[in-house]
Amino acid sequence: IMSIFGEVPQAAPVAVFKLTADFREDQNHSKVNLGVGAYRTDECQPWVLPVVRKVEKMIADDHSLNHEYLPILGLPEFRSSASKIALGEDSPAIKDNRVGAVQCLGGTGALKIGAEFLRRWYNGTDNTKTPVYVSAPTWENHNAVFSNAGFEDIRPYKYWDAGKRGLDLEGFLGDLESAPDHSIFVLHACAHNPTGTDPTQDQWKKIADVMKRKSLFAFFDSAYQGFASGNLDKDAWAVRYFVSQGFELFCAQSFSKNFGLYNERVGNLTVVAKDQDNLNRALSQMEKIVRITWSNPPSQGARLVAITLNTPELFAEWKDNVKTMAERVLLMRAQLKEKLKALGTPGTWEHITEQIGMFSFTGLNPKQVEYLVKEKHVYLMASGRINMCGLTTKNIDYVAESIHEAVTTVQ
Amino acid sequence: MTVSLINGGRGVYILFFFFFSSWWTEVQMGPPDPILGVTEAFKRDTNPKKMNLGVGAYRDDQGKPFVLNCVRKAEAQIAAKKLDKEYLPIGGMAEFSKACAQLALGPDNEVLKSGRSITVQTISGTGSLRVGANFVSRFHNVSRDVYLPKPSWGNHTPIFRDAGMQLKAYSYYDPKTCGFDFKGALDEISKIPEKSVIVLHACAHNPTGVDPRPEQWKEMAALIKKRNLLVFFDMAYQGFASGDIDRDAWAVRYFIEQGHNILLSQSFAKNMGLYGERVGGFTVVCKDAEEAKRVESQLKILIRPIYSNPPMNGARIASTILNTPELYKEWLVEVKGMADRIIKMREMLVSNLKKEGSTHNWQHVIDQIGMFCFTGLKPEQVERLIKEFSIYMTKDGRISVAGVTSANVGYLAHAIHAVTK
Repeated sequence: IMSIFGEVPQAAPVAVFKLTADFREDQNHSKVNLGVGAYRTDECQPWVLPVVRKVEKMIADDHSLNHEYLPILGLPEFRSSASKIALGEDSPAIKDNRVGAVQCLGGTGALKIGAEFLRRWYNGTDNTKTPVYVSAPTWENHNAVFSNAGFEDIRPYKYWDAGKRGLDLEGFLGDLESAPDHSIFVLHACAHNPTGTDPTQDQWKKIADVMKRKSLFAFFDSAYQGFASGNLDKDAWAVRYFVSQGFELFCAQSFSKNFGLYNERVGNLTVVAKDQDNLNRALSQMEKIVRITWSNPPSQGARLVAITLNTPELFAEWKDNVKTMAERVLLMRAQLKEKLKALGTPGTWEHITEQIGMFSFTGLNPKQVEYLVKEKHVYLMASGRINMCGLTTKNIDYVAESIHEAVTTVQ
Repeated sequence: MTVSLINGGRGVYILFFFFFSSWWTEVQMGPPDPILGVTEAFKRDTNPKKMNLGVGAYRDDQGKPFVLNCVRKAEAQIAAKKLDKEYLPIGGMAEFSKACAQLALGPDNEVLKSGRSITVQTISGTGSLRVGANFVSRFHNVSRDVYLPKPSWGNHTPIFRDAGMQLKAYSYYDPKTCGFDFKGALDEISKIPEKSVIVLHACAHNPTGVDPRPEQWKEMAALIKKRNLLVFFDMAYQGFASGDIDRDAWAVRYFIEQGHNILLSQSFAKNMGLYGERVGGFTVVCKDAEEAKRVESQLKILIRPIYSNPPMNGARIASTILNTPELYKEWLVEVKGMADRIIKMREMLVSNLKKEGSTHNWQHVIDQIGMFCFTGLKPEQVERLIKEFSIYMTKDGRISVAGVTSANVGYLAHAIHAVTK
């Protein structure tokens, strides 16, 4: 019989996971994985946060808990405490009862629900033609999330200036100006992925000005709050500034990195609306979207985060754990830059400490990247993106020397 | 522009509101979920005798949620290992997916031995159906039609519709007998255009509880093959229906044996009581291992932009149970226990109705299987049950037998008799 799937083509693997797969197969003792974005300790091990272990045990010991379905929109105490993290405990918008949230499957899930809602309800009831702008470059899954939600016109906005290895503010503002009014812009709240380059506060103000004037929709992607600078409030400055400027916006929050809960899929779509009535109607429609996507979200991770955020001692302990991670990353940045300078590696390396968060856009070209992977067994993305968490005090010399070799050997 | 001055106590906040109204002014209020609406009303009711026979979650004989012992044990085992929380692959936990497929197909199934199927871990049954619907929509280009039994689970329609498919129906439930409209089903299936997708409930049909008998399944399989339809099984109650996991999977296995390369959605929400952990699987039976690899790669492409990769907790629990012989044995006993309690409640309801003096034929309550029972009650009777007796169910007369206990079955019988005599 002819198979119905006879014509199904083999799809290309997702690059970042292929990189890790290749790394795993590599037998070389010096190999280093600077690919996928997950935190590693100085022993290059995954790190389950001490506060997470503590709360897990609390949950396990509480026999009054069960595995019943959560509401469609998720665990209420998770949703509200997560939104408070993003917008601040004293957020006027929260006090005005115009902030709501949907618990989602990680940051991806939050982007998904937000995208699906916008396509149906944002500017009229069919936004398939509404332009969605994502930064050039951006997290590779942004495109797919929005196109799968039905958006047909996904465009880049200028962001990374390869020449000066920093933000192309002029280009960014120019693209904002030339965007059709009511376009949707996906903004990285902090620790831009993959460049690690964030606008300054003054630059954010300029961005907000144009967006307000042209009625552009702000869809924040916040996957690294706390993880970028070590300070939750500092990392949320941009989102809170936009709220203070009166924007209605979405903020897709992930607790994968800052709680180390990667595989529990803990995310939150925070919705800021003009008033409670508009908020409620929007949430009711999001509920319908959730029901036909996953019905209701997984309970374990949300419970864990809710207990932590709502218990003062645990909240303090969590902030401390987050600071630990952020500080190790900052240390690796400082040391890598120092070593490259000491080696006299051609080029400027200031961007390594100017950039923020998990990733650094090294500026290495594809040939140099290939050299690193093939000859030195140092695995990084073709874009030149490295995960700083993959660096340790034990491998940083090898990595610095390898980069030096790549830059001086390959042009 | 409206300028609002709000004294925040520590300062003055100046909020500038946009000239235009909210983005969401045109957003209509979504209709309340019919099943959740039942629970909401139930919660507000102050009658001490109230009963919630709406949503389909198992309750023990005290009316309490039930966490299986094997689940608690698996959780303890997992906790002791102090595992990390690294991302799962897009397709989920390999040991889980393998065990999930084995449970459905039987460990010695030729399909598994030849490697000609792919199973991905999904967000319970809904997530599985969604991935399946998206897959069919993208790759089954020869037809846009999905045929559901009449009636079917309420969420089937919007899932397939949102994925871009057209919904049609085939006759299934006979309200005259409260049973299976076998003749009507065969008749309508024989007219379904070739290559359409046909959804079959593997066991414990939701909402009616009416399942075909094996001889009837055999005729359906032959007819469906003749019509060259793409079979999509929804199996949300394996083990939970009859108490026997092999018996409940019989139809799925028979169809495969007869040469149907099926699609299959599985849920562990009910049979392992893992509702909120969202544990499920989606399987595609292919022509050969090479095709299965291609299909797998495309499923990953579909999944990544929805949620990237699935949640670990529930899958770890399910995998531990399925892959640990003592826990697996214990699970089989517990699942049978749940199924047996439901069967007992069905019998008690009917015997109590007889005791009340009801002269109606309530045989269907015993003949139907699984969590739900299509009582045959009319909307006005349902309305009375809600208003006069605080007994909550959906308007179609569907009750969740799991909500019935030995303590309240008498009251339920009394009330049903009162509105039907």
